[in-house]
Amino acid sequence: MRIDWNDYPCDDFYDELVAAPGKGREAVEGLLADLEELGPDELVARQEAADVAIKEMGITFTVYSEEGGTIDRTWPFDIIPRIIPQSEWERVEAGLKQRVQALNLFIDDLYHDQRIIKDGLFPAEVLAKSVNFRPQCVGIDPPLQTWAHICGSDLVRDGDGTIYVLEDNLRVPSGVSYMLENRLVTKRVFPELFEHYAPLPVDDYPSQLFDTLAALSPRPADYPEVVVMTPGIYNSAYFEHAYLAQQMGCELVEGRDLFVDDHDCVYMRTVDGAARVDVIYRRIDDLFLDPEAFLPESALGVPGLLRAWKAGNVALANAPGAGVADDKVVYAFVPEIIKYYLDADPIIPNVPTYRCMEPDALAYTLAHMEELVVKPANESGGYGMLVGPASTKSEREKFAELVKKDPRNYIAQPALKLSTVPTIIGHKLEPRHVDLRPFILSADRQQVTMGGLTRVALRKGSLVVNSSQGGGSKDTWILPEQSEAN
Amino acid sequence: MLSRVAENIYWLSRYVERAENTARIVTVNANLLMDLPKGIAPGWRPLVDITGANTLFEEHYKDYGERQVLKFLIGDERHSGSILYSLEAARENCRTIRDFVPREAWELLNELFLHAREQLQKGLTKGGRHSYLKHIVQSIQTMTGMLSGTMLHDQGYDFIHVGRFLERADMTTRIIDVRSASLLPAEATELRPYETIQWVSVLKSLTGYQAYRRSEQIRVQRGAVLRFLLQHDAFPRSVGHCLDTVRASMEKLPRNEGPLRVHGRFKRNLEAVVPGRLSHQQLHAFIDELQVCVGELHDEIAKTWFPPPPEAQSQSQSQG
Repeated sequence: MRIDWNDYPCDDFYDELVAAPGKGREAVEGLLADLEELGPDELVARQEAADVAIKEMGITFTVYSEEGGTIDRTWPFDIIPRIIPQSEWERVEAGLKQRVQALNLFIDDLYHDQRIIKDGLFPAEVLAKSVNFRPQCVGIDPPLQTWAHICGSDLVRDGDGTIYVLEDNLRVPSGVSYMLENRLVTKRVFPELFEHYAPLPVDDYPSQLFDTLAALSPRPADYPEVVVMTPGIYNSAYFEHAYLAQQMGCELVEGRDLFVDDHDCVYMRTVDGAARVDVIYRRIDDLFLDPEAFLPESALGVPGLLRAWKAGNVALANAPGAGVADDKVVYAFVPEIIKYYLDADPIIPNVPTYRCMEPDALAYTLAHMEELVVKPANESGGYGMLVGPASTKSEREKFAELVKKDPRNYIAQPALKLSTVPTIIGHKLEPRHVDLRPFILSADRQQVTMGGLTRVALRKGSLVVNSSQGGGSKDTWILPEQSEAN
Repeated sequence: MLSRVAENIYWLSRYVERAENTARIVTVNANLLMDLPKGIAPGWRPLVDITGANTLFEEHYKDYGERQVLKFLIGDERHSGSILYSLEAARENCRTIRDFVPREAWELLNELFLHAREQLQKGLTKGGRHSYLKHIVQSIQTMTGMLSGTMLHDQGYDFIHVGRFLERADMTTRIIDVRSASLLPAEATELRPYETIQWVSVLKSLTGYQAYRRSEQIRVQRGAVLRFLLQHDAFPRSVGHCLDTVRASMEKLPRNEGPLRVHGRFKRNLEAVVPGRLSHQQLHAFIDELQVCVGELHDEIAKTWFPPPPEAQSQSQSQG
């Protein structure tokens, strides 16, 4: 058996590797032939080698099982890389920086003068009903006026090849460690392809992250004490928390490792006694951060942490309250937000979005549910949404009731024809839908990961890429064009 | 270093050492039983006695047969001394401190645990047991070497040492206790040759036969073996050597006055006797005393360097 690219279906969707039957995209022309030459047996053997490597490296994620327990699963990974030409990536990178810069200005404005509301561009009612707006944070000036230091934005490509931003994650976005590990595994299984195509490196992310965090330190010093704060080993992203702490050479702390003293300074308990902490990269939701300020029953947090942050004695990344922009209704306003704060047009477009709070949009949504994807404003992980084309009539009816009851809490978008990438299924290469999550760092300067985490829906026809729901991932190669010219 | 991390490293080290020790005593017991005549062979029960988990054992098994004891010691996840439980606990402790343990060591431990679990049924058969246990001992030795060769020799490594050698001292005292108690009746002179075999097996449980030969250069006999296993300063599994290593590491740690004081008392107790002169009864009482010392030293270490237990935390916070 051999791979025949002429048989590969690429008519219905935009494929990232295959432009037309038998023909690769410009940047990867040679790659199709290379994969063909390796043949299916060799590809399957290398996929198995990758699976073994992942198991041995202990790359896992945690899922919550129905019985309430947790299970550690090894990370599902497909070895065929997703490829983006560097010139295209540079435009995306500029667009992401623009977007996050505007969002940071927007968040800062919401916690201060709320000019955008006074100027009538953003409805006060959206803010009033925001579940992630934290009144406790009003009037605070975080270092560098930056609230979302680490942002993960999800990008998708539609049938005509346009790249859209699907959502922005400004609370505690995860996935970057898998991006880094995917690259390590790919280097192990495809050394020859790697050498030939020389994708741009991704591995400086941990040092960029450290620099971003260190820049926030309230005590300017050569060695600020930066720590990563995790809810603990049962969190689904614990692997990543530990990984990033290790890569940055920082302590990985839990709430019980920290305490706030009478002078509102934060300390960690160490073998040597108490040690002052300057910057906390917290991977724990706002509401669990500080039982004094938020949920009193939270055992994960540190009493007094918000006090210390307000006093400017410790930096928190992301800042509490940054999640106010992590709302799918706010998302729908991002083009206006960019225009308002930066006086510029968005470089990467939003997916056209119907805000159900607006009567016309609500009517349209209710009339066209079958064609739309309807999402609640504040869920992540693909939960609680309706995928119109894949839904039953009774599901749509039930969902319509939910939307009518609380229109502010819903948006609707046309069902996109997500692009595909060849993926090893059994003994063949078949197209599977992908998205892309790059990470944007913002402090004294902005940096974007080289590519990001490509997530792939492993089930045929599925558009759900979340790892908790049967998704996998791929390495993402940003390829300099000149390597093809050589 | 975070107090919580120090505690995890310490337990990682103890559990790994426990898994290795258990694998060793099972192997040696199997060999011993082949050498002794059926009538006097002590069987498998002493191994459960060594772990001190007889109550738990009797809850779940009806007799001390080979299959039951092996299942209990190797693969019973309800038993915190079983190899599988120890490896899993070591892995869980290691998982929370991955930023301290070299990546290769984590991968090795992870792989070892998965292997031990997947191959368990094979490990419980007579034919598969030997290579199963050998793999465990060798992997742990490899891991020890990796830590020694690649881990930063800072406080974390000191806690590795403290955990490993305290666990080892604990196991050595347990082995001596059980093995000497189950020895042959003194009057049975016709069984003399077997007495030597049993003392050899005590040495072998601790991989100390060859070292004993080189160091003592006399035949294997009770008094010399006991002194060797309890007080020898160069044999790496003797209680004395373990205590010296624990001390050397604790001396490098901050705020060590309390633990060093308790350690000093422990060491004085150990040196205060000539073990060969102790009767069976006295030896047993002496070992009990050493076991209490192990517990006291652990408590002092925990009090000094590990996080306060949850209910005590709010108190220590208000003291700033």
